[in-house]
Amino acid sequence: MELETLAACVASMSCVVTQIISGLIIGVLLFLVASGVTLIFGVLKVINFAHGSFYMLGAYLAYTAYVVTGSYTVAIVVGALGVALFGILFERFFISRVYGSNVLMQLLVCYAFILILDDAVKIIWGSEYLSMGMPDAFRLPPIRIGGGFAPPFYLFLIAIAIAIGFALWVIVERTRFGKIVRAAAHNGDMVSALGIRTPYLYAAVFGLGSLLAGAAGALAGPVRSLTPGMGFSILIMSFVVTVVGGMGSIAGAFVAALLIGVTRSFGSIGFPLFVDGLMFLIMTLVLIFKPTGLFGRRFA
Amino acid sequence: MTSKDSRHLDSNGRRSFLKGATALSAATAIGGFPSILKAQSQDVIKIGMPTILSGRVSILGESSRNGALTEINRFNDAGGLDGRKIELVTRDSRGKPDEAARAVRDLVNSEGCQIILDAEASSGSFAVQEVVRDLGVLCLHTVSEASPLTADPKLRASTAFRAARQGIHDAIGGGDYAARISREKGLKRWMTCSPDYAYGRTTTAEFMEFTKYFEPSIEVVDEAWPKLFQPDYTEVVTKILQSKPDALYSALWGGDLIAFIDQANLYGLFEQLETFAVNLGDYPVLSAVQALPKGIRSGTRYNKAVPPKPENDAWYETYVKTFDQLPTNWSWENATGAKFVIQALQEVRDTDGKKLAEAIRGMKIESPFGVDGTLTMRAEDHTLVGYSVGYGVTVPKEPFMVDFAGADWAKIFELESSWKKRNGFA
Repeated sequence: MELETLAACVASMSCVVTQIISGLIIGVLLFLVASGVTLIFGVLKVINFAHGSFYMLGAYLAYTAYVVTGSYTVAIVVGALGVALFGILFERFFISRVYGSNVLMQLLVCYAFILILDDAVKIIWGSEYLSMGMPDAFRLPPIRIGGGFAPPFYLFLIAIAIAIGFALWVIVERTRFGKIVRAAAHNGDMVSALGIRTPYLYAAVFGLGSLLAGAAGALAGPVRSLTPGMGFSILIMSFVVTVVGGMGSIAGAFVAALLIGVTRSFGSIGFPLFVDGLMFLIMTLVLIFKPTGLFGRRFA
Repeated sequence: MTSKDSRHLDSNGRRSFLKGATALSAATAIGGFPSILKAQSQDVIKIGMPTILSGRVSILGESSRNGALTEINRFNDAGGLDGRKIELVTRDSRGKPDEAARAVRDLVNSEGCQIILDAEASSGSFAVQEVVRDLGVLCLHTVSEASPLTADPKLRASTAFRAARQGIHDAIGGGDYAARISREKGLKRWMTCSPDYAYGRTTTAEFMEFTKYFEPSIEVVDEAWPKLFQPDYTEVVTKILQSKPDALYSALWGGDLIAFIDQANLYGLFEQLETFAVNLGDYPVLSAVQALPKGIRSGTRYNKAVPPKPENDAWYETYVKTFDQLPTNWSWENATGAKFVIQALQEVRDTDGKKLAEAIRGMKIESPFGVDGTLTMRAEDHTLVGYSVGYGVTVPKEPFMVDFAGADWAKIFELESSWKKRNGFA
């Protein structure tokens, strides 16, 4: 424990600013991945264990698009839409067959695809390390805010993630599609009985969740190294966020992601050997005192 | 006979058939097929290679296999051993020590492999060592740099050798270099940032121990221990910024090192301190980093200009032409391991583990990777010596490393000897 160092940091404006921005960075990328997991679970009652692999696929598709076009914007769009399409196909041909099944069956299907996608990525892109590199627009020195450091690229990521989160909220809360999705989350049979074709609805929801994972992979591309299997580590953290925020709650995922991001950021100073432990400690406390999660609704 | 009776009979017949087939399969598996395979393997010499062929470090397995094949292919093309060619059989352990151990048993008992080239990472190598001790086959560890694997007499196996870098050698060579730079540039406050597992911990401890030995005025003011394969290093980078060290040592490697550099670049970290990243000097890492900061120092992993010999260059060209990939540190280590095996086979003309081990103990081979054109398998502790150890400054294009300063092996031997005594290994 380095409590003195932590106290010194908290007493310093520059340190506080730097660490808060650092926490926001960690949090927003986690949110993008976790929001897809929680969206899919909230409506379809499926825990998509392959979600980390979707993130990986988004990163690789974005990398290829960036290499070909030189445009980061195109890379993000290709990464997001490419994974959305894959997600729809995955749902239609595989996941739809295990709706209502034992969670172990869902896990097996998803784990199979983790292995398949890892090897597919290796075959297509190779096993060597790939790096997208920072787009020219963001090759700028960090901005000083209150004495702390704020890289322009990270400020961009924060803004984009907030925009995506807001767009998601609008879609879910303020559109007819969102109303139907929320209804399906409560009672899919009734929605089907009302003449709405739930298979298309479920595919759309899975596609949207996958799009979020793909977008996260594409957005993070400039600051990640691409290797087969890179999705596993983000998957674990996104599940922690989902559990802490509440399975099925987008708002919960946002708050939980930021909480975990800031905890990791300050925790690395005060408890450098226990950073991961702090994250799991938070999860444990939430499970004990509020097992449904901070915003524990089935879908919000 | 009623149809019910015939169904019953059919069912009984089916059950009997299944029982019989199962028994036959079991008997064949236990006694039969391995023997058949072994009989067939008299025509070939099978070398088994447990390694990591999937997941985040699949490049380790691929480049290890390719490195071994550079020597095996040359041997086979020259006619093999009295017409007997070498066949390399690989198994994917996925980086799990228990899988590595199981793979070695499978390679020896089921595949009929007579020799093992162990291309497992450190954690797997210790598991493989125990299996090799049990089976008595010849084994060359070609990836693990964990010093105790061969330095600790309690862990050593009579038929196992290390044909790879040893952490303590790099630590002594690196520490000497870092101390010199510290004196030149007044680097007093050091910080470390290394992956939190056995390799990261021991390598970092050894490096700082010897840097302090050569320059006692330095102090380690802080440490960061990110998890292996951690995707986000933001909290680590900001921690380093807060600590304001003069110099940073890192044993991060592969994709982790690339991600760390990319993320640290956003904060301009490398402009604020001197950085020693021992694993940066590997081609796949250097060629993947898009914006390599100026002046980062790295240990030599594999570089075609280190040592600057035509044979090294030729080996590089052959590797790239054959595999369409750049060689790695693991590539030259496995090529070396294969060459020791081949030379031993040519001397002993037998695949018996004890006889091959006796031949390899103390063996010297000609090698493009040796400082003086040779590499030696030290008899006292079954460890490779004479390879290129040192540090240089990385650059983003060929030759990727400049101002290389090679370590003095006499100094390495002297300090290694006292290190062994301190740790109870001698």
